[in-house]
Amino acid sequence: MKRLTGDASSGRAASGFSRREFLRGSGAAAAATALAGASQVAAAEGDERGDGVVRGKVTIVLDVNGAKHEVQAQPRTTLLDVLRNQLNLTGAKPVSADPSSGAATVLIDDKPACAASTLVLQAVGKKIRTVESLGGAKLDAVPAAFTSADAEQCGFCTPGFVVAVRAFLNEHPKATDEQVRSGLNGNICRCGTYANIIRAISIVRGG
Amino acid sequence: MAVEYSWPTKEESKVIGTSPDRLDGTAKATGAAKYTYDTNPPKLLIARGLGCPHGHCRILDIDTTAAEKVPGVVHVHVLQKPRVGDDGKPIQPEIEWEGELLAVVSAETEAAAAEGVAKIKLDFEPLDVFVDDEDLAGAEKAGRTSKGGGKVQLENEPGEDDDEDEFAEKEINRLLGDAKHVVEGYYGIRPITHCCLEPHGSVCSWEGDKLSAHLSTQNVSGTDEQFANALKIAAGDVHVECQYIGGGFGSKFAPDYWAIAAAEISKATGRPVKLMLTRDQELKLGGNRPSGYLKVRLGADADGMVTVWDSQHWGTGGGRGGVVGHGVIPYIFRPKNYRRVATAIKTNCAPARAWRAPDHPQACAISQTAYDDLAAKMGVDSYDIFLKNLANIDSNQKAEVYAAEMAIAARLMDWKAKWHPHGKGKAQGSVVEGLGMAIHTWQGVANNSNCMLRIHPDGSIESFCGTQDLGTGTRTICAMVLAETFGVSIDSVKINIGSSKYPESGASGGSTTVGAVSESHRRAGQDALAKLAEVVAAKLEVDAASIVAKDGRVGSKDDTAKSLSWKEACSLLGHKALEVTASYKRGAQGSPLSNAGVGGVQMAHVAVDRETGVVRMKKFVAVQDMGLIINPKLAESQILGAMIMGIAYALFEERITDSKTGQFVNAELSDYKLPRLGDIGELVVELYEPESERSRGVIGLGEPPVISPGAAISNAVCNALGVRVPVLPLTPKRVVEALAAKT
Repeated sequence: MKRLTGDASSGRAASGFSRREFLRGSGAAAAATALAGASQVAAAEGDERGDGVVRGKVTIVLDVNGAKHEVQAQPRTTLLDVLRNQLNLTGAKPVSADPSSGAATVLIDDKPACAASTLVLQAVGKKIRTVESLGGAKLDAVPAAFTSADAEQCGFCTPGFVVAVRAFLNEHPKATDEQVRSGLNGNICRCGTYANIIRAISIVRGG
Repeated sequence: MAVEYSWPTKEESKVIGTSPDRLDGTAKATGAAKYTYDTNPPKLLIARGLGCPHGHCRILDIDTTAAEKVPGVVHVHVLQKPRVGDDGKPIQPEIEWEGELLAVVSAETEAAAAEGVAKIKLDFEPLDVFVDDEDLAGAEKAGRTSKGGGKVQLENEPGEDDDEDEFAEKEINRLLGDAKHVVEGYYGIRPITHCCLEPHGSVCSWEGDKLSAHLSTQNVSGTDEQFANALKIAAGDVHVECQYIGGGFGSKFAPDYWAIAAAEISKATGRPVKLMLTRDQELKLGGNRPSGYLKVRLGADADGMVTVWDSQHWGTGGGRGGVVGHGVIPYIFRPKNYRRVATAIKTNCAPARAWRAPDHPQACAISQTAYDDLAAKMGVDSYDIFLKNLANIDSNQKAEVYAAEMAIAARLMDWKAKWHPHGKGKAQGSVVEGLGMAIHTWQGVANNSNCMLRIHPDGSIESFCGTQDLGTGTRTICAMVLAETFGVSIDSVKINIGSSKYPESGASGGSTTVGAVSESHRRAGQDALAKLAEVVAAKLEVDAASIVAKDGRVGSKDDTAKSLSWKEACSLLGHKALEVTASYKRGAQGSPLSNAGVGGVQMAHVAVDRETGVVRMKKFVAVQDMGLIINPKLAESQILGAMIMGIAYALFEERITDSKTGQFVNAELSDYKLPRLGDIGELVVELYEPESERSRGVIGLGEPPVISPGAAISNAVCNALGVRVPVLPLTPKRVVEALAAKT
């Protein structure tokens, strides 16, 4: 295991390959954009095998629910994998590898994002909030309304929906029913709780 | 003293009939609820299966050398290994559907397991594939059909010398000839999947010879034995646990061979193993519902009373054949003369599993559409045709209940004001609207259930029952029943479910759970209360038979001055908890607590764009009886969920299979279309609970409301267009094609 050393000024790690090459090697164009400004990640030190692919394991620091966590990551590691398997934050669910189910929705810098299709390296230096941050002693109004409106059955989609609704209401605190029906189509519920989710949202809006 | 089990009257009830929030609501809404997939014991290995890439093939070689070398991969387990038999001949497994797991890679991380699977080299020989279940002639030609049974029922009997089949043919043709109106129709419904959001899977670990399995299952009490049989160990050495399950819908009654494999891999590696199906594997293997296609000739008299039904239907339950049972055709309506024949087709798709109300949604969708086409042909209101034909039904519910429910549904829909003859509505640009209805039935008998109850001297109450919560709100139902029985609040009751160590309770399938746990918890509660009453009566010097528990007190119903608080009463138990176990056996005759047999009516209002073929739900009404209702809020949620699942199979979802390779081509959620929050329109639910229904006792609700949506929505689309779109789901393509075929 290699350790990620933060040296923003040089942009070049000890092994002698540049950050730019690493990002190209990881094959994630989005990661390049995300990492360009992240001073915590100056470079990833890894095994260069001549094919431009970095396979090293690095230690990074993630800011999750207001606390800093040191976690292990490879270029291919998803944020969802780290949240669930290293931090034991299992609220975000692995329902689809792409964002089509919305079950892995988390907030990254207050914007909803799919943790299943976000590489964890993209999340370095950002504030990540998971559904767990809406629970505990200070229960957020959205999960509270989900319970009182019974907007949950098996409950497997519920955390993703709760986060999506929280993000939506942060943006549109006075959303009309019509806006709700057109603005929350990124999440799938198989048990069919949509009608009660609409009710839950009207409870939050009213309160 | 024998306890007489009963429910309090509506007026006496303090808890039953109210709508407290589900007890685990906050845990689910904040991510605190731990599902099988969320179980992360120390030293966990994450396993992933390699699925067969072809619908029908012979496995020649599985080379795992490269997979084993992947950093992080710990173990590779081959499930379908080609080998050489004792006679020296090669034994090459024949796989009959795509997705079947061939090997399992276990690794330190998900990514390493996935990479390991990708590195397995598979050599296979493709064989002939047949998947087109709608093509009956093709299936016959390919030798894929088998008889699915049938029945002929005629008012006139054949003569002594008549050949029965010839007589039936003649008689049916005569009845159709005499009929004033004849409908010749074709209807179908495509295969769909269960698509549980939490895929099938388990986390297995061993302590010595004892297996602990976290299993995503709707059958906690029955799966320990299934593990034991497969692994050749004692059932008592298996502990199955499932506190939360992310969807089942009839597909999660067994560990399946992949959970057995997880247990074996755990044994071999000495580490806990988590093996969950991937999303595409879940859709391919985790369960699907048989398709159904039906051709019918239906005859009716001048008033629209159906006099004769003559149908042939077919479909597939996948790789092991199977077809919608002929016994439910035509659905609920049963004219005095009918002939029905079913043909099963075997395809190269994974075998079907029980899907919420097995056979009923398909039967409803392929036969009550024909009754609606009769209304269309006659130019009369479908409501009147349905109402008239209630004279001839075969149902678990009575005709007069359907009639009452139809009247309520019609009022909620404003049916009379909105209705127009089929295809005669006013168009708004290219958009036309329409109304449709359907009716359904289900048994909903209470399953076996045992409940162990402890009342502690400090007044605390705990119950233990090996049931599970599919999403129904089982914990909440158990707590409400006990709270009602002891006159305490529901949060003073600690409910323990979801473990095979608890007293056995039946699988949650067929709407049997709420009845089951209501039976066992009410019985245990009343038994315990009778024992408590004895000590309280002695203390208060009153007759034990006069003791009641309500509003937090236990005392004489005749003398209100003589009572103790619940805590004081329990303190009389001394140092030992009062412990009782009550048992309910499925099918017990005449139980005053539960019953079976419900009905329901649904009406849909849709808007259809004739140019794009897009169908939008405007309004959808459900009226449903279920005997005594424990928690109306949870009951309403079940019905709303069923209506949305119904919208899903009526308008959106279907399995699409490639005819050359047998590959399920839309087995990801980006392609397997399901309705979203914006697709449901306005949903209206009416819980029908007059005293005549309430007094029957508790009856399960999970299945019935998912039955009618297909027919109701199809009928509404037909009413809008004046053209039947024969096969569900009513995708834009099918709508446009049906319109094109008509013009």
